[in-house]
Amino acid sequence: MNNNILHDFPLLGKKFGDHTVTYLDNGATTQKPDSVIKAVCGYYGGCNANPHRGAYALSVKATDIYESARQKTQKFINAQSSDEIIFTKNATEALNLIAYSYALPRLQKGDEIVISIAEHHSNLVPWQFVAKSTGATLKYIYLAPDGHFDRHDIETKITANTKIVAVTHISNVLGLINPIDTIAAKAHEVGAVIVVDGSQSVAHIAVDVQKLAADFFVFSGHKMLSPMGIGVLYGKKALLDAMPPFLMGGDMIEYVEEQETTFADLPQKFEAGTQNVGGAAGLSAAIDYLEAVGFHTIEQIEQELITYALHNLRELPFITLYGCDAAEGKTGIVTFNVQDVHPHDVATVLDSFGVAIRAGHHCAQPLMKYLGVNATCRASFYLYNTKEDIDRLIDALKKVRSIMGY
Amino acid sequence: MELAELYSDIINEHSRNPGNRRQLINADAQKRGHNPSCGDDITLSVSFDGDVIADAAFTGVGCAISQASADILSDLIIGKTVSEAKTLTEKFLAMIKRENTDDADLADLDEALALKNIANMPARVKCAVLAWRTLNDILTERQSIS
Repeated sequence: MNNNILHDFPLLGKKFGDHTVTYLDNGATTQKPDSVIKAVCGYYGGCNANPHRGAYALSVKATDIYESARQKTQKFINAQSSDEIIFTKNATEALNLIAYSYALPRLQKGDEIVISIAEHHSNLVPWQFVAKSTGATLKYIYLAPDGHFDRHDIETKITANTKIVAVTHISNVLGLINPIDTIAAKAHEVGAVIVVDGSQSVAHIAVDVQKLAADFFVFSGHKMLSPMGIGVLYGKKALLDAMPPFLMGGDMIEYVEEQETTFADLPQKFEAGTQNVGGAAGLSAAIDYLEAVGFHTIEQIEQELITYALHNLRELPFITLYGCDAAEGKTGIVTFNVQDVHPHDVATVLDSFGVAIRAGHHCAQPLMKYLGVNATCRASFYLYNTKEDIDRLIDALKKVRSIMGY
Repeated sequence: MELAELYSDIINEHSRNPGNRRQLINADAQKRGHNPSCGDDITLSVSFDGDVIADAAFTGVGCAISQASADILSDLIIGKTVSEAKTLTEKFLAMIKRENTDDADLADLDEALALKNIANMPARVKCAVLAWRTLNDILTERQSIS
């Protein structure tokens, strides 16, 4: 199965210098299968026109491609209506849209925003901004020793004053699945909305936004086999309807007078300007690809890989693991350090053997501080990775300390 | 670029045993240098005796390249005048940018020459120049007030 999948990804067979790449940075972005690349090329090579505008066949075709991608996305995450799917450039833009259009007009002094210490900066900095702008308080859910959210914190930090709870479905550093349904229930009990960052989940586990009871759910296409520059904001229709537009301009209007404008209905209200139709075509092909493989298989592949990786990493006495003690809910992300060696030097040495990992703070500086480290290494796996990839990671790791003079 | 060229004995020795990574009591100038994308974060401290750099040291965290570079820099500038140190700093930055490839002219960079090949590794250039950019800021300020 794995080998067939590998052949669908043209970049993974290519040589860079002396090596074909062992790509273990899927938390940052995934590689793209042929079908996605062809869909993007096919759009620009065969159907390119500005959607929603031209009264000619090509524009109608472009509109079809764009709107059918929206419907496919709706089914993919089981939203009630395609009006609840807003295309953005990525998860970051989607989170900013919520911060500006939902939170800024509503929050005031005394209100609370609750996030977790394991958030990516994209689900942290916008909330800091909202808190500073409105006088609201920003509170954190911290972690239990095994890396999962502290249950007591979930119960006590979300209070009658809480208006927004914004948490990641799966942390990009720890790779642990968070109990969104429990947090959503608590948020709804106090009348707050829950914003879920699905950037690390939507490509790895089956997502049903209604089952999760998420009010908002965001993700980036490029972390799920799609091109960069296309992302998704899901929001419950009643919430989106009540929000003012985020960006103003063409295609999001109804009537424009000299002094007044009325806005288009959902979803156009939040899609000002010419949209990324080629990206939407790619996203659509990516969803087809993921559904053809199936999330049962994807989860199985990742579980095999993470189990194998953790087993081998634990054999190396100079490796410290982070967030790897949890008995359940671990996805294909492993964060670690090599004794005495800075993560950037580890990454450089691994790169010389063709192994691509991420090193640094992973856009999660408060989490790094909380874990008591300055930076870490992260290997993140996806459906095309193999046990041989992990063998190459382990072999290269064994050489790091001696190259660094230890 | 070969790893052995990057992690040479000089670099590894300075990163493992950075003699100048220490607090400088009575520093006359202190500046923090930070690479936000990778997290290298150092504070460089300098004390002056008139126009001469009496001592230099750094604290902070970072990769082997950033730490070795800061240590080598400190060794190099202790005992130099402000303008001599400024010339060396500019020379180092020009070497990394490959604007200066004249080995004879670069010779007075001494151990810092070990970082020359970092120019071939765009991802690590910022690690190598962090301490030097920070020193450059300190020296520019010193020159502007004197």
